[in-house]
Amino acid sequence: MSTYKDPELAQIQVEGTTRAVFLARATLSAGAIIGAGSLSPFVSGAIAQSGGGDVDILNFALTLEYLEAAFYEEALAKTKGLSDDVRKLAKELGDNEAEHVDALTAAIESAGGTAVKAPGVDFGGAFADEKTFLKFANIFEDTGVSAYNGAAPMIESKEVLGAAGSIVQVEARHAALIRLKRGKAPAPQPFDKTSTMDEVVKAVTPFLK
Amino acid sequence: MPPSTPTPTSALDELARDETSRKKFLRMMGGGGAAAGLSVLLAACGGDDKKTASTSTQTGSEPAPSGSSGASGSSGGGDIDIVNYALTLEYLEAEFYAEAAASGMIKDKKTLALAKKFGETEQTHVDTLLATVKDLGGTPAEKPKTAFGKVIEGGPEMILMTAATVENLGAAAYLGAAGLIESKDILAAALSIHSVEARHAAALNELVGRGFKGGGALEGSVPDGAFAKPMTMEQVLEQVKPFLAS
Repeated sequence: MSTYKDPELAQIQVEGTTRAVFLARATLSAGAIIGAGSLSPFVSGAIAQSGGGDVDILNFALTLEYLEAAFYEEALAKTKGLSDDVRKLAKELGDNEAEHVDALTAAIESAGGTAVKAPGVDFGGAFADEKTFLKFANIFEDTGVSAYNGAAPMIESKEVLGAAGSIVQVEARHAALIRLKRGKAPAPQPFDKTSTMDEVVKAVTPFLK
Repeated sequence: MPPSTPTPTSALDELARDETSRKKFLRMMGGGGAAAGLSVLLAACGGDDKKTASTSTQTGSEPAPSGSSGASGSSGGGDIDIVNYALTLEYLEAEFYAEAAASGMIKDKKTLALAKKFGETEQTHVDTLLATVKDLGGTPAEKPKTAFGKVIEGGPEMILMTAATVENLGAAAYLGAAGLIESKDILAAALSIHSVEARHAAALNELVGRGFKGGGALEGSVPDGAFAKPMTMEQVLEQVKPFLAS
């Protein structure tokens, strides 16, 4: 039987990362491409944004979507022995995540904010085989659902809330499809759990570099 | 004062014992404060005997004075209407799964188990929403009279196809209503149900072979592409009409 806390998620949680650091990390890796000289504006920008209401939440979501999009892209290139149907699913899910990245970026800009850049990622041994890939995909999708559900009530703008709701529904659908492929219950609980931003940050920090 | 906790048999029983999870969930259900929140939780969790749980745990909290306007500030009559709307849809879904499971039409054991599990979840949503309406001082919507006979007589494929469509409808309905909810607590609760409806919808559409994008508006495991489309109350009611007894 499933317990309330996902044990797989708990395993990968690490201590001591704050939301500001998380956003800073995401922008830092982008800064690295531009050059050390341009780092500080990125970092201060990210930290300034971490108190910025809807833009902050959108940037938080954007970082997660970047992570998911990169995950599927790498999975398609690297996972050994992907069956045709799982490959097709990974492509479809990854395409959706890429659209989420574009939409969130546009939403942040139209709200007058600065969108975080794609974070550097390291998925470790996630692509060793199809089974491992599906396990990690399951973690990312379920984490995405709990992250959006946790953040959405803090959103001030009805339009942004509508967009977040529209995206989380798709994340939940993804989670169910991946779970079916794993032979797991697609909807393990009658109420999906919510995560705080800090919990999500802890869960995904191991995949950021 | 919470009732004594039985041996944990479900995730929600577990939740009732786990301090941090419970706080989180209470925050989610909110409404009438911790005591009422807990009664909602326990009414929802009952496991095998949820019907007795829902009556016995109500006594712990002060009943909200009915008709008192503005008693809970942000959650006024609008939220009660929306929760009642959701309750009506959940009644419909729960009844459909119950009739489908009892019909003997679904022979495949795994599919039957899935239908039963989904049905139990919808019943949990019914119990929770019903308790929430009461917490808000409202009168819960009555269980609608349904007409699923023809669908069920149509056999397992028609049953599952209909379930797949109805779950997509449910997800679109919650998405359409979310923006109208005033209370953050009710919104959080609605969202945590919304994504479960979406999971059901994706799984069923996949199982009936409609594919990722599917055909029509409510057909497919991710029917609207990367961005799910909401439906208004009017659109949803139009769609459920065929399942309501005239």
